[in-house]
Amino acid sequence: MGNAADFDDSAALLEQVNQALENATPLRIQGANSKAFLGRIGAGEILDTRSHRGIVSYDPTELVVTVRCGTPLAELLAVLDAAQQMLPCEPPAFADDATVGGMLASGLSGPRRPWSGAVRDFVLGTRIITGHGKHLRFGGEVMKNVAGYDLSRLMAGSFGSLGVITEVSLKVLPKPRQCLSISLPMSSERALQRLAEWGQQPLPISAACHDGERLHLRLEGGEGSVTAAHDRLGGELLEPGYWADLNEQRLGFFNEDQPLWRLSVPNNTPPLALPGPQLLDWGGAQRWLKSAAEAAFIRKVVGEVGGHATCYSHGLLDDPFQPLPPALLHYHRNLKRQLDPRGIFNPGRLYAEL
Amino acid sequence: MNILYDERVDGVLPDVDRAALLQALHERWPALEVLHQQEELRPYECDGLSAYRTTPLLVVLPRHIEEVQGVLRLCHERRVPVVARGAGTGLSAGALPLEKGVLLVMARFNQILHIDPAARTARVQPGVRNLAISQAAAPFGLYYAPDPSSQIACSIGGNVAENAGGVHCLKYGLTVHNLLKVDILTVDGEHLTLGSDALDSPGFDLLALFTGSEGMLGVITEVTVKLLPKPQTAIVLLAAFDSVEQAGRAVADIIAAGIIPGGLEMMDNLAIRAAEDFIHAGYPVDAEAILLCELDGVEADVHDDCDRVRQVLEQAGASEVRQARDEAERVRFWAGRKNAFPAVGRLSPDYYCMDGTIPRRELPGVLHAIAQLSSDYGLRVANVFHAGDGNMHPLILFDANQPGELDRAEALGGKILELCVSVGGSITGEHGVGREKINQMCAQFNSDELTLFHAVKAAFDPGGLLNPGKNIPTLHRCAEFGAMHVHGGQLPFPELERF
Repeated sequence: MGNAADFDDSAALLEQVNQALENATPLRIQGANSKAFLGRIGAGEILDTRSHRGIVSYDPTELVVTVRCGTPLAELLAVLDAAQQMLPCEPPAFADDATVGGMLASGLSGPRRPWSGAVRDFVLGTRIITGHGKHLRFGGEVMKNVAGYDLSRLMAGSFGSLGVITEVSLKVLPKPRQCLSISLPMSSERALQRLAEWGQQPLPISAACHDGERLHLRLEGGEGSVTAAHDRLGGELLEPGYWADLNEQRLGFFNEDQPLWRLSVPNNTPPLALPGPQLLDWGGAQRWLKSAAEAAFIRKVVGEVGGHATCYSHGLLDDPFQPLPPALLHYHRNLKRQLDPRGIFNPGRLYAEL
Repeated sequence: MNILYDERVDGVLPDVDRAALLQALHERWPALEVLHQQEELRPYECDGLSAYRTTPLLVVLPRHIEEVQGVLRLCHERRVPVVARGAGTGLSAGALPLEKGVLLVMARFNQILHIDPAARTARVQPGVRNLAISQAAAPFGLYYAPDPSSQIACSIGGNVAENAGGVHCLKYGLTVHNLLKVDILTVDGEHLTLGSDALDSPGFDLLALFTGSEGMLGVITEVTVKLLPKPQTAIVLLAAFDSVEQAGRAVADIIAAGIIPGGLEMMDNLAIRAAEDFIHAGYPVDAEAILLCELDGVEADVHDDCDRVRQVLEQAGASEVRQARDEAERVRFWAGRKNAFPAVGRLSPDYYCMDGTIPRRELPGVLHAIAQLSSDYGLRVANVFHAGDGNMHPLILFDANQPGELDRAEALGGKILELCVSVGGSITGEHGVGREKINQMCAQFNSDELTLFHAVKAAFDPGGLLNPGKNIPTLHRCAEFGAMHVHGGQLPFPELERF
């Protein structure tokens, strides 16, 4: 498990934060910078987390791993894999050297998300360098812990705007014994209908993506359930590498010729009438759209069904994340002001006002 | 130390003109039910932790969200503390009223607004009982997974406020893992929607922050939960062991075999005997520990896993492994565990239920230390344990009519929680801090961490009017409490003066 590069560099990170607090210098927190394309363009002095790395503790029978933020995600996944375990939320990396800190700060999850939960659902505890210049610990290494406010899960998807995540404890799970992927020709309307039916049955589906022509399914579980589901659903066998290509946006669909949008919608939303090709992931709850349509139009259509839209094409918009309603923005600002009173952590990365 | 609100260490509360407040409530909301007579207030003086009682200033029982909003606005204008309460089943005095505060009872919001089988969601009012959601979803083959032992009575609003658990958490998660959306009113009556009908929302994950926030940040007015398809089949194995160490090792071996049981519970000898005496579940009363292991899911997988688990249990040294032969026996095996609290209650006039969590590997050492503490304090302790997720429920037996026994039970309980913290665990897994564990928060968090918690509170309730005194202790309380717990010659919170 140990690696020659493992090092507790938290003292240096804390020192840099304290310097920044003293000089009121904004910090741009980054690991491998693999998610820089997402969100607003940051400004400030770079705080590089990659020197603070290594797995602090991992006991497979406890189903908990504690990792420093600068640890490469690939290294963590390899260690889990060797113990026949996994991070069920399948975080995408977007680069070979993506870090665990970036995984948590961006909060992005992969194809298994609707069935297993998101990154935030596997967070048990964190250590954070705060806007008061303290290195603190929240949550812990146990499955159940309701002492105090849940600041650890709040960090997931906060894009570093509430503090520097230095360490995270994650719940991990055994890998399924059997895994099989299939593909069935059908329309997207039909696919959404079938997924709604199957969702009410104990079928071992762990990924579902429709590319406009075919529904791709992954079945995971014990030998018995996977074989039974395959017998029932039929379909052609699908190369399992498909899911990683989908997750890392390596499928042909993601070739950039038009702006890329991520639409997060209720899972049973009918196909959305928006110009441009769409790819339905997460059993219908996450839809990728390539479209030159106006942001306001896309957001209006998605908002009407109870969802929100994020622009994945970097630098195209000043508000890549869907703007918040005024009341909610007010409390976001309050929270930011309380946790980062000098406004030094990734200012403006998530929203201009934060 | 007295656990009731103490303005000296918990902070001064605004003085309230009760008559004027009552009059204003009547004038603004003539249809709103307000209780103010002493005999009407008495039933509301405690929640599920009945050892702590305070008579509230007033009790309001709104039926419409506009009334809740009106009460919050009025109380905000007049600086009156508000304590929200659901079914009142909480075990940490999280809904303990204040003499200077209004008790806002949300129990009448008991409508299931919509079950959407295709989306697998239920939209409900906060006063809906936990079990009622699963009952309403049952015709569609769906259910709501978190199942706290009070699920017949506890309401979903309280479940969200406490991040309630249950016996199936390792596999199916806590309340926070099973929510999509929560509507809240802020301290000044402003409406916010946290989360959405989609799987995520833009901005900070305030849904996660509010879950388990114990009514300190807002009042829950509507909840949308996720529903799951009911497992096709469930099998329960009961294994007896001659020592708790063996049973603990067996739990680790099951996980190491790559199996995540739906439920995995351990009971020690005192708990086994009490449950058997009460329920006649067929438990082996001579065993030092039993494990109940439930495997659920698709039939073929469950039978495979069952064979694997049986093998693991036998290799771990189980003196006996029994499989429930039919549904009736499965229910009986569980009945013993689910009634362990009342069963232990028959052994003693009173019992006090703890809720610490530990890394599972620490179990044998912690149980030995608890046995030692039990003999030091002269009080018996029965142990039931959510073995899968490390959540312990030691039950301290005492008699409140014997002078000093309640104090001894509280002190022993505090020691057990500090023991959990010292091995890397937590003072509460699912019951919440409330008022009960307010002092032990000082053992789990340092003053900087507590200060950050207060900063979170200030972002939503700068005047500190929502449920004051719960969840996060003041630094002054910790200074006073900590003074009794000198660690290695060093006082915690050295920067604070001692009272």
